[in-house]
Amino acid sequence: MSTAIERFDERARRRVGEHGRTVVYEGELLRHPVYTRVLHWSVATFFLLALLSGFAIYSPWLFHWLTPLFGGGPTTRLLHPWFSLAFVGVFALQFLNWLQPMTWGGDDSRWMRRLREYVSNTDTLEPEYVDFFNAGQKAYFWAIVGSAILFLISGIPMWFPRTFGQILVSISYVLHDLAAIVMLVGFIVHVYEGTGAQPGTFRSMTRGTVERRWAWTHHPAWYRKATGRDPRADHDEAVKKRS
Amino acid sequence: MPTGTLQIRQISGHTGPTPGAGMQREEEVCKYIDVTTCIGCKACEVACVEWNDMPFQQTTFDNTYQTMPSTAWNYWNLIKFDEHPQEDGTLKWLMRKDQCMHCEDPGCLRACPADGAIVQYTNGIVDFQQENCIGCQYCVSGCPFDIPKFNNNTKKVYKCTLCSDRVGQGLEPACIKSCPTGCLKFGTKADMRALADARARQLREHSGFPNAGVYDPPSVSGTHVIYVLHDITKPEMYGGLPATPRIPVSFTLWKRVAKPVALLLALFAAPVAFFHYIAEGPKESQPPEVPR
Repeated sequence: MSTAIERFDERARRRVGEHGRTVVYEGELLRHPVYTRVLHWSVATFFLLALLSGFAIYSPWLFHWLTPLFGGGPTTRLLHPWFSLAFVGVFALQFLNWLQPMTWGGDDSRWMRRLREYVSNTDTLEPEYVDFFNAGQKAYFWAIVGSAILFLISGIPMWFPRTFGQILVSISYVLHDLAAIVMLVGFIVHVYEGTGAQPGTFRSMTRGTVERRWAWTHHPAWYRKATGRDPRADHDEAVKKRS
Repeated sequence: MPTGTLQIRQISGHTGPTPGAGMQREEEVCKYIDVTTCIGCKACEVACVEWNDMPFQQTTFDNTYQTMPSTAWNYWNLIKFDEHPQEDGTLKWLMRKDQCMHCEDPGCLRACPADGAIVQYTNGIVDFQQENCIGCQYCVSGCPFDIPKFNNNTKKVYKCTLCSDRVGQGLEPACIKSCPTGCLKFGTKADMRALADARARQLREHSGFPNAGVYDPPSVSGTHVIYVLHDITKPEMYGGLPATPRIPVSFTLWKRVAKPVALLLALFAAPVAFFHYIAEGPKESQPPEVPR
C-alpha cells in the first residue's frame, strides 16, 4: 500500500471524525470509531440497493415486485451499475480502513479448525488469542473483497455488451452470478452474527461501543490490548461478584 | 397466409404457462432469400425503413456499396456486400440481405430476464415488445447473429419484427413486397423450404455451383428466414454468416438450471441461521445478565 493511499484514507478518517463522536460510558469500550461506522452503513446501503436492483434483473420471478421499487425495469437496469460502483467505491475505503486488523495470521487458521465448536456454542468464552476480529469475520471480509472484485470485472462487460463481445459477456454473466451467491450467503451469515447470534454486537456498529464483558467473551486478546487487563481474570471476578 | 391475431408460443422471463397456447393452430411462416438472384438494389432496405416509419439516417461509406457497417436500432434490414477472392484470382461479388433470422430456438428470448419483453408467436416470428424491455441487453449477447441493437436514448433494444403487424393482417413483410427480382419470397416454412431446396438443386445440377445449398441452421433448430447460397460450405464469406450459430451455453444451462438452484441454496442460509438461533441459541456475553 502506497503512502499516498494511506494519507488519503487518514484524511477522510479525520474529516468524518470531526463531524461525529462516540460516547463511551463506564463499563464500555470503544469498538468502532465514527469513520468506520459511517463507512459500514454506506457500504450496507449501497449493497442493499445493488442487491435488490440486481435481484430484479437476476430472476424473472422476483421481477414484478422488485423493479417497481426502483421506478420500473429500465430504471432498475440503469441504476444497478451505479449502485454497484458506489458500493465498490465505499468498500474500497473500508478495505483500506480495515486492511491491517483483517490480515490473516496463524491464530486465524487455528480458530478455523475449531469452527464446529464455535458454531455449536461449545465454549462460552472465545480462546485467549482472538483479537479485534476473529477468523470468521476475516473470512467474511476477504470473501467480500474477492466477490466485489469478481463483480466489478464481470459487471463492466455486461454493462457494455457490444464493446466486449459475446463470449466475454456470456462468461461474465456466470461469474457475476457466482459472486452474487458468495456475497449473498456471506451477507445472511453476517447479519445473523451481528444481531441475533451474539447479543451486544449490533451496538458496536450503531453507537460504536461494546460492554466490557462482551469484549472479554468474544475478543479476549483485543480486551487485553484495549484495557491492559487480563480478560479471563476479569471474567472470573465478574462471575464471583454475580454469585 | 395467417390471418387474425397472432398466437404467442413463448414469452421471455415468464413464469407459468403461455396464455392461450395451442388454442389456434397456425402455419409457420418463413422468409426465403435467394442470395444468387439478389442484385443489391436495396429496395428492401428502403421498404423496411418506410413501413416501420423510421427516419433515414446517415450512411457510412467504406469502399463498398453497403449502406452502413451493420444493422442499427432503426435500420433493421441491410444488404451486406462482400468481394470474395476466388482461387482463380477473380472476385465473387456477394450480397446478402442481413436481418433477424427469427430462430426457432431464439437466443435472445432465452437470455431475456424481463417478463414479456420478447415473444415468439406460433407462426415462428420472434418479436420484441419494447414496453416490457428493461434495456439489460442480455439479448445482444444471446443472439448468434448480432441482430438486437440498443437505443441509448430510449434505453431499449430493437430489431426486425418480420413485419408481424403486416403478417398478422395477412400481408407479406414490406421487404418482400418491394423486391423487384423475386429473390425474396414469403410463405409457410414447409413451402419455402421446398422452394429453396429446389432452387439449390437447380444451382447444383444446372448452374455450375456444386456446393449450393440452403442455410437453415439446425444449431438453433432452424430459422424462419432461410437463404439459398452458392456455397453452403462457406457461409462466412456472405458478410460473416455463422456456419453453426450457437446460443452461449451460459444463457441456457446456467439460466434455466444452475441459477435458480444456486439462488435457492444461497437463500437457504437464512433458514439455517434462523434454526441455529432456535436450536443453539445466542452466544451471550459472559457472565450473562440475570433476568430480574
